Amino acid sequence: MYKFISSLLIGLSLGAIYSLMSISLVLVWRSTRVVNFAQAGQAIVSTYIAYEVVNRTGSFWLAFFVAILAGALLCAIVDRYFMRPLFKRVTSGPIVAIAPVVATLGLLGVLRAVVGFVWGVELKPIAAPVSLDGYSLGSEVLPFAPYNALVIVVVAVVLIALSLLFQKTNLGLSLRASAYSPEIARLSGIRVNEIRTLGWAIAGAAGAIAGILATPTSYLSPNSLDILLVFGFAAAVIGGLESMVGAVVGGLVLGLGVTFVSNYVSTSLIFPTAFVFLIVILLVRPSGIVSGKRSRRA
Amino acid sequence: MSLVVSNLSVDHGAIRAISGVSFTVESGEIAAVIGSNGAGKTTLLRTLSGLKSASHGSAQWNNHDLFSVKPEFNVRHGIAHVGEGKSVIAELSVEENLHLGAIWRKNKKEMKSTQLDVIELFPILGERIKQRADTLSGGERQMLAIGRALMAKPQLLLLDEPSLGLAPLVIEQIFQTIKSLRDQMALTVVLVEQNALGALEIADTGIALNLGKVVVAGSAQSLLNDPAVRAAYLGY
Repeated sequence: MYKFISSLLIGLSLGAIYSLMSISLVLVWRSTRVVNFAQAGQAIVSTYIAYEVVNRTGSFWLAFFVAILAGALLCAIVDRYFMRPLFKRVTSGPIVAIAPVVATLGLLGVLRAVVGFVWGVELKPIAAPVSLDGYSLGSEVLPFAPYNALVIVVVAVVLIALSLLFQKTNLGLSLRASAYSPEIARLSGIRVNEIRTLGWAIAGAAGAIAGILATPTSYLSPNSLDILLVFGFAAAVIGGLESMVGAVVGGLVLGLGVTFVSNYVSTSLIFPTAFVFLIVILLVRPSGIVSGKRSRRA
Repeated sequence: MSLVVSNLSVDHGAIRAISGVSFTVESGEIAAVIGSNGAGKTTLLRTLSGLKSASHGSAQWNNHDLFSVKPEFNVRHGIAHVGEGKSVIAELSVEENLHLGAIWRKNKKEMKSTQLDVIELFPILGERIKQRADTLSGGERQMLAIGRALMAKPQLLLLDEPSLGLAPLVIEQIFQTIKSLRDQMALTVVLVEQNALGALEIADTGIALNLGKVVVAGSAQSLLNDPAVRAAYLGY
């Protein structure tokens, strides 16, 4: 029972972080039809900036908000000055499908190299704002720590804020309309290019939050968030790629799945488990578990 | 107050889709643009709203040059375009689709009152207000598409084949609605239609396009009585 509860809680806190990365990829995919592999690079830049802020001020929360701003700004810049010119030039032929993906992969490499150049390749820690020591249950010490609880709370707050933004505001309606049908959105007077860049910024902010939340339980290095990108992408596909609700469900399913397998079977199976999940979903339900016409609702 | 299109040419790559088209639509009138598939009707509307760029020529609505701004700004000058094929966003609710039409106004009070007007015109949309647009029938979707355009309180309405794929009774209802938009709200309408008879019956003027050129233009009545038009477009 102890093992079950601790797996459940750890799985949730891991899954919460995957969800954010997954949302970040889904937001970009559904508005631009680009799988943004550079998201791991953008998140690593914002997390290194957070590392600098923590080092200089000692405040995790100040670093947290600086990281969000940096992530949003960087992602907006990538869309405005990288993707938009690319789409303008690459307009026909098979290259249209490939060019954006290769471009984001290239950008990922560049961002990693820049980070390595500026901060070096050695592992850097970011101190957690609350304890990483597990809660005790009787004589046993759970692996679930106050920091894991904090992660779950922070992600829940972010998800509620995103859901209110997308469902209740004019900006959210503009974002959804521009993603689903750019032409109808334009004819309705929405400035779709600007809205799209704003959508990328929101995606960048979500990725930045995932990056800084994932780091205190491990270390920061130029490629320390690549695994998060892989899990976030798997979660997005499991959730059907089109919906934010799907991204969250996919993230939680994946977080719980890998935690249970690693606790009950073997810790070396974390990676294979993620891919087995991905392959099984693709074979059984290629449109994702939150699929069908409802999936693009949120 | 009028829409003046002069010497308009539009190219799709190497193919000239519209070639030297000129016409005028007076304010408060319905102009039916008829023609078969590939005549350039849809391209004409897409160029007027700014979705496609013209190679040559001009289009003025009152003192506004339609080609000087992007489509998202043409709507701010009172020009609303309802695209071909029930142009609604399937994933959004009926209400969200309507809100979309007025979103650039940023005036919630005005939006609510316009929404009431639209629902008065199309009561079925009021009954389905919270449903997703993809649960609507074809006719209801077309009403929603027109309703979305009306939410922008336009003066000039560009309608692309509103009768496409609808049952005869529904087509009649849509045409009557378009007529009432002119008669009661003084809207100017450019109505692109393959259903030439239905369109000419409610229109003031008619323009027949073939292979991107104007072949006949005149009062709708004169087109209805023209033996050549009847043979080519009306089938009797």
